[in-house]
Amino acid sequence: MNAIERWRSLVGASSEPVANLIERGAVRRFAEAIGDSSPLYVDETTAKASRYGGLVAPPTFPRTLDYGEIEGMGWPDAGMIHGEHQISYTGRPLLVGEELHCYTKFENYYEKESRSGLLGFIIMERFGDNPGGERRFTMRDVVVVTPALRKMLVA
Amino acid sequence: MTDETRRPPVWEVGEDLEARTLPPVTRLQLIKYAGASGDFNPIHTVDEAAEEAGLKGVIAHGMLTLATMGLLFSPYLEHGYVKDFRARFSGMVYVGDVLEVGGRVTGVEETDEGRLYAFDVFSRRGEDDVVATGTVGFLVYGTGAV
Repeated sequence: MNAIERWRSLVGASSEPVANLIERGAVRRFAEAIGDSSPLYVDETTAKASRYGGLVAPPTFPRTLDYGEIEGMGWPDAGMIHGEHQISYTGRPLLVGEELHCYTKFENYYEKESRSGLLGFIIMERFGDNPGGERRFTMRDVVVVTPALRKMLVA
Repeated sequence: MTDETRRPPVWEVGEDLEARTLPPVTRLQLIKYAGASGDFNPIHTVDEAAEEAGLKGVIAHGMLTLATMGLLFSPYLEHGYVKDFRARFSGMVYVGDVLEVGGRVTGVEETDEGRLYAFDVFSRRGEDDVVATGTVGFLVYGTGAV
């Protein structure tokens, strides 16, 4: 079975949930890297006095969490392009100190003709639930498999 | 906090968010983002790997470009949060690029949670050189939320 056939057979598969803690240092380094010095991300005193009662994480931070691996997925080393990202939250931003159970689901694989050949599209969903089982966020990513890589994978 | 950010924001449909010009993308920033995100794909940090992939140099992580569009909403975090964020990447971002991020209000809706504003957002290198576009739902908390 080549990688594309393997992916098709894995559509619908999920990883085992992994416990993640939203860490202060990780959020600070992330905020620095994206050039966002909002006090609610980095300044404990301001954040404590805010409605959140503590530091929060930037909206795109959850992509850095551990979602576990879908067995047999076997991601190629190179040649894939991040095409689209989507995240939806429930109720409020993520708080530093919050514990989340995260997992990923292989939502779909499909192909489309393009000027440069057949493109592959991998749709991955990622979820973060609090320990009570309530959903905190849902993420959806589209990863594009270039025609050159696709050719290599089916060879 | 300025006076403007002390009160909950009120936007009109059709109104533009004040665009922000970001400092030029640096290699150090890409290295920092790789470390902070755990995305160590070498096309973002190592010249040889980028050239092997047919690029003229290292490119920024798509998620970094996306994150900088989020900067538009950071001043209002005390009053609300980014509830939905969706973006498509349409161009490569290279070291030295100067990006401008901006957005426009496209809708407003009263919900149980508060007032939900919809925005179109973009990141671009110049007037006609858009590297990412997206939509944001920003929820301004109603009384009694959180």
